Amino acid sequence: MTDYSAAHLRELVQPGRVHRSLYTDPRIFELEMERIFERAWIYVGHESEVKAPGDYRTTRIGRKPLVMVRHQDGKIYVLHNQCAHRGTMVVAGERGNASEFRCCYHGWTYHTDGRLKAVSLPHGYPAHFDPKDPGIAMVQVRRVANYRGFVFASLADHGPSLEEFLGYMTTSFDDMVDRAPDGELEAAGGVFKHAYNANWKVYLENLCDAAHPIFVHQSSIAAAEQQSDSVYSDGSGEIAIRQMRQNGAPYSFWESQVGIWTYPNGHSFLGDYHDDAKLVAALNDPAFRQYITALETRKGTDETARILSVRRWNSNVYPNLSFMSQFQQLRVVHPIGLNRTVVYTYNFRLKGAPEKMFERTISFANIVNGTGSLVLTDDLETYNRIGIGLASGGAEWLEIGRGYTSDLADETGGRRGKNSTSEIYIRNMFDAWLGFMTDEQAQPVRRIEWPEQRAVSK
Amino acid sequence: MSAVLRGDRATEQVELFLIHEARLLDEARYDEWLALFTADAWYWVPSEPGQRSPYDTISLMYDDRRLLETRVRRLMSTQPHAQQPPSRTSRIVANATLEETAADGRALTVRSKLMMVEFRLDNQRIFAGTCTHRLVRADDSFRIAWKRVDLINSDSVLEGLVVPF
Repeated sequence: MTDYSAAHLRELVQPGRVHRSLYTDPRIFELEMERIFERAWIYVGHESEVKAPGDYRTTRIGRKPLVMVRHQDGKIYVLHNQCAHRGTMVVAGERGNASEFRCCYHGWTYHTDGRLKAVSLPHGYPAHFDPKDPGIAMVQVRRVANYRGFVFASLADHGPSLEEFLGYMTTSFDDMVDRAPDGELEAAGGVFKHAYNANWKVYLENLCDAAHPIFVHQSSIAAAEQQSDSVYSDGSGEIAIRQMRQNGAPYSFWESQVGIWTYPNGHSFLGDYHDDAKLVAALNDPAFRQYITALETRKGTDETARILSVRRWNSNVYPNLSFMSQFQQLRVVHPIGLNRTVVYTYNFRLKGAPEKMFERTISFANIVNGTGSLVLTDDLETYNRIGIGLASGGAEWLEIGRGYTSDLADETGGRRGKNSTSEIYIRNMFDAWLGFMTDEQAQPVRRIEWPEQRAVSK
Repeated sequence: MSAVLRGDRATEQVELFLIHEARLLDEARYDEWLALFTADAWYWVPSEPGQRSPYDTISLMYDDRRLLETRVRRLMSTQPHAQQPPSRTSRIVANATLEETAADGRALTVRSKLMMVEFRLDNQRIFAGTCTHRLVRADDSFRIAWKRVDLINSDSVLEGLVVPF
C-alpha cells in the first residue's frame, strides 16, 4: 500500500497534470483534512452574524463542528462544539443568542468563551480534574483573525498571520467592503446549502473556469437567449436572464478582456466578466444612481470612481472560500467525505446603499447559487458526473495544462494567464496543495514554486 | 377555520384543477403547465419556513413570468445536462382547503398538500410541503396568479432542484 511520503505526493502533481488518485483515494482525503484544513486559515463566518454578546453561529473547519460566538468581552471566539465530559455536541442550532452553553447530556455548562462554568455532581473526581483547566472546556481554536469583518480561524498553533496568508487577496475583500457607502457589510438574506457527490476540490476548480460555461450552461444560455424581453418581469427575472446570456459570451470575449490572476497559497480571481452595467443596466437605473450618490456623499467622487472601476468576478481563497465582491456573494465549500461536498452560500447587504440594491443581490444569488437555479443545477450535475467518471479508473492523469506555456508574471506579485481561459488557477491550487501536503512541519505557507520551475519527474 | 371544499361544485373544480396541474408536471408537459399561469404570474419556492418575501431573502426558486418562461423553455427544448436522463415524478395533491375568496368570487386562495417523489439516475427523493395557489377564474377553469410551495425541508442541505413542484 502507498504510504504517501512527500516524495510520492510530489510525483502526483506534475507540470500541467495531476494524478487521478488525488480525487479518488480516501487516504488522500484524510491527509487533506489534516494537512490542509488543519493548517490553513479557514473562513468561519462574518462578524455581522454575531453582533451582540452571546450571539453565536455554528460553523466548521473541514469536518470539525465549531461554534463562532461573541463573548461578553466583545471578542469573537471559535470553539470546538464538543462537551468535555462525554463528547456530546453542545450547540445544536445553527444560530442564536445564549448567556451560556449547556450540554444536553448531563447539563455541564460553559461560558460563551468556552470556559467550563459548572459541572453537575462535581464531587468525587480524581486529582487531575480541575474545572479551570483550559483543556476541560469547549476548547478554543487558538488562532482567530478578522479581516474587515471576515472571520477566519486556524487549527495550527503557529504559522503566518491571516493577512500574510491572504496576501494580495485582501484587495478583493477590500473591494467588497469598500462598495458599502457606510463601509460595512451585513450578512443577510438566508443561506443556500447545496450538495453534490464528488470531491471538494472540483468546486473551486470550476469557479474560475472560463471555458466551461458555453458547454455546461448551454441549456440556460439558449433558453435565455430565446426569451422575449417584453414578457412581464418584476426585475428579478431580468437579472437572471442577463446573467444566463452573459454565460454565453464567446471565447473571443474570454480571451480578450476578462483575465485570470493567481497568488501564493492557492488564491486567485477572475477579472471583468460581468459588471454592474451588464447586469443591472447601471447607468439608467434609478436605484443604482441613488447608490452612486450615496457612495459619492460618503467617499467623494474620485474614490467612488475608483471603487466602481474594480471589476472582479470570483475571488477564490484556498482551500475552500470563494466570493464575488461586485455582487456581494460568498460561498464556503465543506468537504463531508471523499465523494460528498456541501456548499453554503451567503449574501451581504451594503450598509448605506438603497434597499433595492440588496434585492438585486438576492436575485443574483438565486441564479448563481440557488439550489433550484437554471445555471447552478448544470454545474452540480457536472460535479456528480466527475464523481462517477473518476470511479471508472480510466485515464490515469487529469489534464490541467491549458495555457501552461503562456502564463505570465504579474506586477501585483502574482502570476496570471495570458487570458482568462488559462487553467493557471487550478495549477496554482495544486501548488498550494503540494505545499500543505508535503510540509510536515505544519507550516501553512510555503514559498510558491511555479509549475515550470518544478522538474518533470517522469 | 377555513371552509372545507369537498361537497360543493366550485371546490370540486378547484381540486380537479390542482390534480390536472400535477398531472401536467408529472408528464413533463411543462409548456401546458406554463399556460395555466396568468401573464404577470409568479412562482415561488421559499428557502426558509415562513419566509415573508422573495426580495429580501433567497429562494430555492423565485420566478416572475419572464423567468418562468425561461425555466420551462430550458426543460422543454434546450436539453439541460441535469435532465439527461430526465427525472420521473409522481405527485399527490390533497387536503385542499379554501383560505380566501374575493368578494366577487372571481379569485380564490387555495391551500393544499403536496407529496412528490422524484426518480432519476438510480436515486429517488421525496419532497413534501404545502402549496398555496392564487387562482383566478378564466372561462370554465382557472388561471394561476401565483403559486407558493413551502417544502418542509426548504432550509436543508439539498441536491440540485430542476423539476418544478
